[in-house]
Amino acid sequence: MDTFLNRYRNITVLLLVIFAQLVLIAVQVRNDRDVRMVRVWSVTAITPLARVLETVRGGTSGFFRNYILMHDAREDNRRLQADLDRLKMENQFLKSEISTADRAKALVAFQQRTQSRTLAARVIAAGAGANSRVVFVDRGSAAGVEKGMPVVTPDGIVGKVIAAYPTASEVMLITDPEFAAGVVSQKNHVVGTLKGQGQSTCKVDYVPSEEKVEAGEMFFTSGDDRIFPKGFPVGVVRVVRPSSPYQEVLVEPSGLERGLEAVLIVLEGVHQAIPEVPPANAPVYLGTPPPAAPGEQAAQPAGPAGTDADKLLQKYRQIGAAENHTFGEGAPGSKPPDFNIKVPPPGAGGSDAETRRRGDAASPPAQVSQPAATKPPSIPNPADGTKTGVAVSPRRRVAASQTASQDPQRQ
Amino acid sequence: MTEYGDRYLVGSQREQVSRFRARVMLLVPLAAILFQVYVPRIIPVLGYLELPLLVTIYFALMRRSQIAGLFIGAFIGLAQDSLSIKQPLGMYGIVKTLVGYFAASVGLRIDVEHSVIRLLLTFFFYFFNEFLYWVLASGLLGRQIPFEIQRTLVLGLLNAVVGVTLFHFLDKLREPA
Repeated sequence: MDTFLNRYRNITVLLLVIFAQLVLIAVQVRNDRDVRMVRVWSVTAITPLARVLETVRGGTSGFFRNYILMHDAREDNRRLQADLDRLKMENQFLKSEISTADRAKALVAFQQRTQSRTLAARVIAAGAGANSRVVFVDRGSAAGVEKGMPVVTPDGIVGKVIAAYPTASEVMLITDPEFAAGVVSQKNHVVGTLKGQGQSTCKVDYVPSEEKVEAGEMFFTSGDDRIFPKGFPVGVVRVVRPSSPYQEVLVEPSGLERGLEAVLIVLEGVHQAIPEVPPANAPVYLGTPPPAAPGEQAAQPAGPAGTDADKLLQKYRQIGAAENHTFGEGAPGSKPPDFNIKVPPPGAGGSDAETRRRGDAASPPAQVSQPAATKPPSIPNPADGTKTGVAVSPRRRVAASQTASQDPQRQ
Repeated sequence: MTEYGDRYLVGSQREQVSRFRARVMLLVPLAAILFQVYVPRIIPVLGYLELPLLVTIYFALMRRSQIAGLFIGAFIGLAQDSLSIKQPLGMYGIVKTLVGYFAASVGLRIDVEHSVIRLLLTFFFYFFNEFLYWVLASGLLGRQIPFEIQRTLVLGLLNAVVGVTLFHFLDKLREPA
C-alpha cells in the first residue's frame, strides 16, 4: 500500500486538489433552476449507482421471495386442490339434495292435486339384468300395495307393479318390452296401445293409418286397460311414420324424463278428463318476488301460465271481482267496470277467494277442472304417505270413469 | 523531490532544481495577480497578458516538482478566481493546477533553461490553459463561450514572448546553487 501511494503520490495529490476545487465550484454554482450544482452532480452521480444497486437488491430479494413463495405455493396448491375437490363433492351433493327436494315437493303437490289415492314410494333398486326395465320401490304389500297397481310421477306414468312383497314391490317400467297400456292422443283422441321397446322410447301400436297423429302432441292413458286411470300423461309423440295398416308412432315417456327417484303408487285410481292443452310443467318451488321499489309495480309471480295475456286476464278478473261485475252479463249501454282502479298485485296476498281465483286463472284447464274447493280436503298421511279422498278402487274404475264423464267441470 | 520525479532526473538536472525565497514565491504571484486585476483597467491592451499563468508556468518548470507545481497553480488560480467578478472559485484553480502539474512534469524531462524551449512551452501551456478553461466553463457551468483558435494562437504567441522575457527577469530571483 505504501509503495502504491509513493508511486502514485503525485497523481493522487493532483486528483485530490482537482476534486476539492470541483466541489468548491459545485457548492457555489447554481443551475438555471436555482439548484446548486453540487446537488445536481451528486444526484447525477449517485442515481445511476443507486438504480443499479436497487435493481440488484430487488432482483435478489425478489428471487429469494419468489423461491420461498414457490416453495410454499406447491403446498398451497395441493391444499387448495384438495379443498376444491371437497367443495366440488359438496356442491354435487347439495345439487342432488336440491333436486331431490324439488322432486319431493312436486310429488307432494301432485299427490294433493290428484283425486286418486296414492302412496309415495322411493326407488331403491334396479333389476339385475343388463336390459332390465324393472325397478324396486320401498313400499310393499304391508303398505297396501297390490300386484297390477299403476305407478306414476307428476310427469306421467312410470309402470305397474308386477310383484308386491311385504316391504318392497317390483315395478315394470313402461319401456319394458312386455309392458302395454291403453293410451289416447290429446288432440284427435286417437286410441292405441302403448308398448315398451326396451329402449328409451315406446311405441303406440294399432293406430290406423287414416287417423291423424302429430309429432309433439301428448298421449294420455285411456283407462281401457283397467290398470291406469284415464287422464294420466304418458308421453310426447316424437316420430310418426305412415305405414299400413297401422302407422308407426314413437312416444318419449314423460314420466321418466327427470330420472326415477320417487314415485307414486296409485292405490285407488280415479279417472280424469283428458286435458285440451298440454299440462304445464310440474310445480316447483319459487321464492317470493322482491319488494317493488317506490313508483314501480310489484313483480308478477311466475306461474305455469305467466304470459302477458294471462296477467291481463288475471288483472281483469280481479277488477271484476272488486267491482262485483261479471263479464259478459252487462246489458248494452250499461256502465262498464272501472279498469283504472288499483288492484293488489298477484301474489301479494288477499282473501282466500281471490287467491283461489288467481290460482284458477293461472292454471291450465286440467288443473282448473280439479280445484281444491271442488274436491274434498285431502290430507297426506304422514305415517304411510297416503292421502285420503274420494277415490275408487281398481274394481270400480269403470263406474268412476262414468262419474267423471258426467262431471261438467271435467268436460 | 519525489521518488517518482527523482528517477527521471540525471545528476546535472538534479543540480538544476531552482530554489526561491519564500517571499519571492509569495510576492511574485501576488504581484502578477494584482497586475492582472488592476492594470487592464488603466491600460486595457495589457489585459491580453496572462501574467498569473506565466508565473505558474515558470515556477512549475523551475521547481521541477509536480506537487509543488500543482499547488502553485492551485494557489494562483484560486487567488485569481477570488478577485474575478462572477467567477466561481475553482475554475482558474483547476486549470492552473493542471498547468502547474504538467509544466512540472515537462520540467523534469527536458532542459527548460533554453529560451526557445521556454517560448514553445509557454505558447503550448497558454493554449492548453485557454482550452481547458473553455472545456470547464462549457461542461461544468454550461456557459456558451466561443473558442477562437486564431485569436488564442496569436495571444499565445504574445504571451510566450512576454513570458520568455519575464522568465529571464525571474531567473535573477533564484537562490544561488
